[in-house]
Amino acid sequence: MGKTLFDKIWDRHVITTVPDGPTQLYIDRHYCHEVTSPQAFQGLRDRKLRFLRPEKTYAIPDHNIPTLNQDRAIQDPVSRKQVETLQENAREFGIKYFGLGHPKNGVIHVVGPETGLTLPGMTVVCGDSHTSTHGALGAIAFGIGTSEVEMVMASQSILQTKPKKMRIRVEGKLRPGVSAKDMALYLIAKMTTGGATGYFVEYAGEAVRALSMEGRLTLCNLSIEMGARGGMIAPDQTTFDYIKGREFAPKGAAWQQAVEKWKTLYSDEDAVFDKEEQFKAEDIEPMITYGTNPGMGMAITGRIPLLESIDPAGRASFVKALDYMGFKPGETLLGKKIDYVFLGSCTNGRIEDFRTFTQFVRGRQKAPGVVAWLVPGSKAVERQCREEGLTEILEQAGFALRQPGCSACLAMNDDKIPAGKYAVSTSNRNFEGRQGPGARTILASPLVAAAAAVTGRITDPRTY
Amino acid sequence: MEKFTTLTSTVVPLPMENVDTDQIIPARFLKATSKEGFGDNLFRDWRYDGNNRPNPDFVLNNPLYGGSILVAGKNFGSGSSREHAAWALAGYGFRVVVSSFFADIFKNNALNSGVLPVVVSEAFLQEIFDTVYADAKSTLTVDLEKQVIRNNANGREESFSINAYKKNCLLQGYDDIDFLLSNKNKIQAWENEND
Repeated sequence: MGKTLFDKIWDRHVITTVPDGPTQLYIDRHYCHEVTSPQAFQGLRDRKLRFLRPEKTYAIPDHNIPTLNQDRAIQDPVSRKQVETLQENAREFGIKYFGLGHPKNGVIHVVGPETGLTLPGMTVVCGDSHTSTHGALGAIAFGIGTSEVEMVMASQSILQTKPKKMRIRVEGKLRPGVSAKDMALYLIAKMTTGGATGYFVEYAGEAVRALSMEGRLTLCNLSIEMGARGGMIAPDQTTFDYIKGREFAPKGAAWQQAVEKWKTLYSDEDAVFDKEEQFKAEDIEPMITYGTNPGMGMAITGRIPLLESIDPAGRASFVKALDYMGFKPGETLLGKKIDYVFLGSCTNGRIEDFRTFTQFVRGRQKAPGVVAWLVPGSKAVERQCREEGLTEILEQAGFALRQPGCSACLAMNDDKIPAGKYAVSTSNRNFEGRQGPGARTILASPLVAAAAAVTGRITDPRTY
Repeated sequence: MEKFTTLTSTVVPLPMENVDTDQIIPARFLKATSKEGFGDNLFRDWRYDGNNRPNPDFVLNNPLYGGSILVAGKNFGSGSSREHAAWALAGYGFRVVVSSFFADIFKNNALNSGVLPVVVSEAFLQEIFDTVYADAKSTLTVDLEKQVIRNNANGREESFSINAYKKNCLLQGYDDIDFLLSNKNKIQAWENEND
């Protein structure tokens, strides 16, 4: 019987399997940020251990860092301490560190792929659920907890129970104005927020193959929002073209060898998945969310479901969510006034996202009263925005680019949406309080965010 | 890690579905560099209002309910991978969380932090809510060795699953690092073959 893409990579990384228990899996790449690592470093110290393979870990602070005045010390003393702790830990344990202001600093899940640190066929982990992003390159990439971070530091391996496998095909062609973000929000709404729990997802089908690398990274990034541990896409020419020439990618003869190996990474014709789902790309419209989990999404032209259509066990949560958002069942959100726009995050902080946003606002003006935070995913994206002239066009339209970091996606720095305010956000989670206590998040694509930024309202970008 | 064998306790009912880890412990409380103190901010934004006054409607502020077993609606622990969520539950005093469905990463984090996630059927879960709302003093017993959870109000039992390795870790109070490092020569062998 043939093997799935997931099996091919997983099986190659098995060190040993505990009888009636988990597998000890070798980890090729480990990323570390400041929030989920300090207790793991301390754990090593308490056990008098060192890293088994320090050269396979990269530490990058991104969650706490300010997006203005990065040349100065971090103002919040608690955030500053956490970032300094990572720097100190990296030094003590001999880990490579791309600190604040470093030309390779940025959101880990943006930096990893764009520097060539994540490659097809790898196993990749980080103490961060959006590690699923890296699966877009044809890697097994998943988020782990801090105890597991410590395991990887100490043993370059991890104990994991092998997940089940699901393939989601999206066939046909996406319609104009519909992006990878809309595809992801559509799939999550269909699958629900726990619908892929216990599974590792492979995305396939014509519409997935047609996505750019940036689009694939967005799609795989959001796998966790339907409960999947990770998502992945078989590497192809799009993948190879994206990786070629990147700083840490193989070069010369090693490149040819690597590509030949990567070409074997696909699910065999007769491979069997535990579950298969299929969707039509033509059914997908620009999406927005109306509730407090990413599964509560709908077409931008749609209406919020009626209470009667919700499963009785879920009604209390549904009512609480709409109450928090200040929305009513059956309501349309088109024309709804909004206060903030956030472009950025590991979901939509890549160059293509900034191009899309800029193209829409070019020659238009930011709506008065809207606060727009445009936060590049990395220093490299920031540089590219400047080189391509995007920064200037954005400034002419009344916008200003900030400096890279996770920013308002989870509001651990100063970028907090005030209580009760509506934010159209290109990030990944609309949980209560995610963007600041009381903040109301409407998840959307960069294009929908751009339309909201220039109109001050929820606006269908296709008809504006 | 603290050992877990059996536990009989009153329960705290939280019949919400999709309780994400941002609710269990909001991001702004993740800035600590140790594992201590997270229990104070467990369910912070549900437990306190904007002025840090306890919200009387939230179950943790209701003196009727208490104990070291949290019972929650399905898909508990979704979202962020922050193990701080498990530390916050443990820090507050919970040793067991019962639900009909858990998010994957949360389940691993809980097991690695000495908090036992117990998966029960939807019907069994609903019965727990019914019995605890009828009598807040009713108790559950969780027996890890036998892998059985009993609703002492009606005597009904259900078995739950846990992999044998993790079960043994909890019963003995072991964690994974010792095991992983005991295979150092196998790790080296893997590298020699593949790297």
